[in-house]
Amino acid sequence: MRVFQNANYKFLSMRRPAYFASAAIITIGLLSIVFRGGLRTGVEFTGGVLLEVQFSETTDVGQIRDALTAGGTTGVQIQQLRTVGAETFDFLLRVPVGEEEDQNAIRDQIRTSLETQYSAASFEIARGDTLSAKVGDEFQRTAVIAVLLSFLLTLIYLAFRFEWRFGVAAVIATVHDMLITFGFISLFDIEINLATVAAILTIIGYSLNDTIVVFDRVRENLRKKRKEAYDVTLNRSLNETLPRTVLTSGTTLIALLSLVVIGGAVIRPFAGVLIIGVLVGTYSSIFVASPVLVEIHERARKRAAIAARA
Amino acid sequence: MFGSVRWRLIWIAVLVAICGFALVPETIVDEVTGESERVWPLKLGLDLQGGMHLAVEIYDPEGALSGQDLDDAVERTLTTIRNRIDEFGVREPTIQRSGNRIIIELAGVDDPEQAKRIATETAFMEFKIVTDGQEFMDALERIDRAIVNEVGIENLQVTALETEPEVDLSDILGGAADSVAAEDPAEEADETVEEDPAADSLATEGGDAETGDAAEAADEATARPLSALLGQGRILGEYLVPQEDQPTAAAWLELEGVRDALPRGVTLHWGVEQVGAGAGSYVPLYVLEAEPLITGDMLQDAGPANRDPTFNQPIVPFETTRRGSRVFERGTARNIGENMAIVLDDRVQSYAVIRSVLSRRAQIELTPGASFQEAQELALVLRAGALPMPIEVVEERNVSASLGEDSIRQGRTAFIIGIVGVIIVMMIYYRAAGILAVGALLTYVIFMLGGLAGLDATLTLPGIAGLILSIGMAVDANVLIFERVREELAAGKTPRTAVDAGFGNALSAIVDANLTTLITGIILFQFGTGAVRGFAVTLCIGILASFFSAIYVTRTLFIMYLNRRGSRESVSI
Repeated sequence: MRVFQNANYKFLSMRRPAYFASAAIITIGLLSIVFRGGLRTGVEFTGGVLLEVQFSETTDVGQIRDALTAGGTTGVQIQQLRTVGAETFDFLLRVPVGEEEDQNAIRDQIRTSLETQYSAASFEIARGDTLSAKVGDEFQRTAVIAVLLSFLLTLIYLAFRFEWRFGVAAVIATVHDMLITFGFISLFDIEINLATVAAILTIIGYSLNDTIVVFDRVRENLRKKRKEAYDVTLNRSLNETLPRTVLTSGTTLIALLSLVVIGGAVIRPFAGVLIIGVLVGTYSSIFVASPVLVEIHERARKRAAIAARA
Repeated sequence: MFGSVRWRLIWIAVLVAICGFALVPETIVDEVTGESERVWPLKLGLDLQGGMHLAVEIYDPEGALSGQDLDDAVERTLTTIRNRIDEFGVREPTIQRSGNRIIIELAGVDDPEQAKRIATETAFMEFKIVTDGQEFMDALERIDRAIVNEVGIENLQVTALETEPEVDLSDILGGAADSVAAEDPAEEADETVEEDPAADSLATEGGDAETGDAAEAADEATARPLSALLGQGRILGEYLVPQEDQPTAAAWLELEGVRDALPRGVTLHWGVEQVGAGAGSYVPLYVLEAEPLITGDMLQDAGPANRDPTFNQPIVPFETTRRGSRVFERGTARNIGENMAIVLDDRVQSYAVIRSVLSRRAQIELTPGASFQEAQELALVLRAGALPMPIEVVEERNVSASLGEDSIRQGRTAFIIGIVGVIIVMMIYYRAAGILAVGALLTYVIFMLGGLAGLDATLTLPGIAGLILSIGMAVDANVLIFERVREELAAGKTPRTAVDAGFGNALSAIVDANLTTLITGIILFQFGTGAVRGFAVTLCIGILASFFSAIYVTRTLFIMYLNRRGSRESVSI
């Protein structure tokens, strides 16, 4: 079986509309972040209220989550507490706090939500207190520093193995993917939690991997034929790697789609972010990373021409 | 060709065996109940499996702390506990403050006692100089008199038959034992000294002024209660007290009159270790300078414990703060050749000779007999620093997975279906070669899981993200190779040369992509915290496993495949 064999699409001629599309999507995403007043961070980051609810009837985490969702409370982390040798139905609820809510309001809201599914006599909120964030400010700071540092080292590594411009193009494409992903997260009101952070890091890795594979072919073709125009060589490289690009993205998407469709409500946002990342990462290797190489090349050529004239 | 295939298979088999061995479930026998339990060595995190849930509070029965003071104490305790538990490195704990409680959750419940101990051990740390004991010896007569005065000579003569009151520490974990023991000195003092001949003879050897007359030993012990208990230690300033008499002696030393009788500038501290064993075991008592050289808050970092390259004894390097280094430098300059005791919660953990002037960086050499475990524990203690107040565990329960057991079930099904989908696509698209790739991916899974188990890492949902990325890259590497082989075949090469050229040409892309991702993973591990580290660990192991499986295993399987086809020179790809 073959797909896209001997393809010959003029990807690089489409680069200006692609720039426009990217700019538009990024702008929409950023506007969404601004209008929503930032990304919605989960209870792990913001803290909130810790409640212990004791049920006198048999129930489980799934049923409680359904009851809370039905009552309009989302983002609650629910765990069952067990004591060795006793069958109890005690649950620990970590509830994020909205801007105008206080602890008592949360307690009432949880009680009302639970009463949609359980009789008022069947549960008791045994204990409630404020809850600090699980991860401190240090987490965000170190994560950002680590990502920036990894970009720097990617630049250095690619400058060493390819040329400096390849590193620049790869990092620009990766930043592009991150911006679009953040916009998507904001548009779909996905909660930023530790799993989402890991998904974003995965996207960085995927995007870099995809870009480097394309660049490897560009490097090889540039070495082979010196007479061909730069953008023609690039376009040919994109077409030559197209079967691989489609197959790799395709298989990854199959696995992720399965997570989105049957992975359940908790895993769905995580898998959704990964799917966007894979789509955007594949797109950016073709329509961002390679065009940036062409732009850098053209600019250098023009400068050389001016220098030659002078 | 055959020889090289054989070697390749041996290498792969050895690696699979090592990783498989790391995955064999261990049987852990509970020491108390004697029940044995099979434990799968790959640990799942709090989000996937749940674990132990501890709630601790500051132990403050008198309600001495309130308002801002209590708030500060809880905050500082939180920081200390967080630092201490993060020493596990890859355990991914949850440590949160809820009101004035601190919630600690640890994945896996393999050793709740150890976790409890590490989480709640109170530690106030000082480094103090061990004196030569001379001042103390000079004051001993005064101290003995003070004991007789306070307790009364008649009480000392009564032979106590009742058992020693037990100090219940279970609720105040790590609370200072000696201060608790002194709460009712009168009761303790009812007991009298047992005439232990061993202690007596040691006291005589101790260079004490007494002359050894066995017949007078009993009277002597009565008149000089403390002296009679003291035996000569291993260094100057250390005295050995028979273990059964230690609570009595400790109670005497807390008496007000006895405190007044102690010479100025020195303090007495009990050691944590036991010297000797069984009936002949002793607890060391140290005479230390009251003024500490430095305190725990002046320590910046310590460890990891390692071994001295020449003598192979365990050493613990440590580093002081800028302010601490100046204090430490002055203090050690005055005391070269002296012993320095490491005092934790008023108890001497260990001591070491000061060999030279120490400032910013120094190291503690443990005695040659010390185990590496001791060195690691010392490093942990030095690094974790001190808790502001003793704490108690108010709740200890098991907690279910934070993602919810329902979502984990669904997620697991989805994950398996996804992987099966990928396998089907690979087999349809690449036919025989696809089957080889699936075989290689199988070894990838074994390497990956074996690596995680070998590193004692905890797998969490963020870690699974790293896993997904590395699976994706393993598949991608195979796709890259196969596409290249197809290109070479299309260019009219024979299967054997096409396969060789395909692997050769795909190599640079695979190496560069994997190395870049590996660099990213290492940076994230080095600079990230918590979940970012968990992600980085699985990513790095996954990259190494995927690289090896795609380049080496797939290649080996391909060589075998081509050999088997023999003269039929075609390849199903």
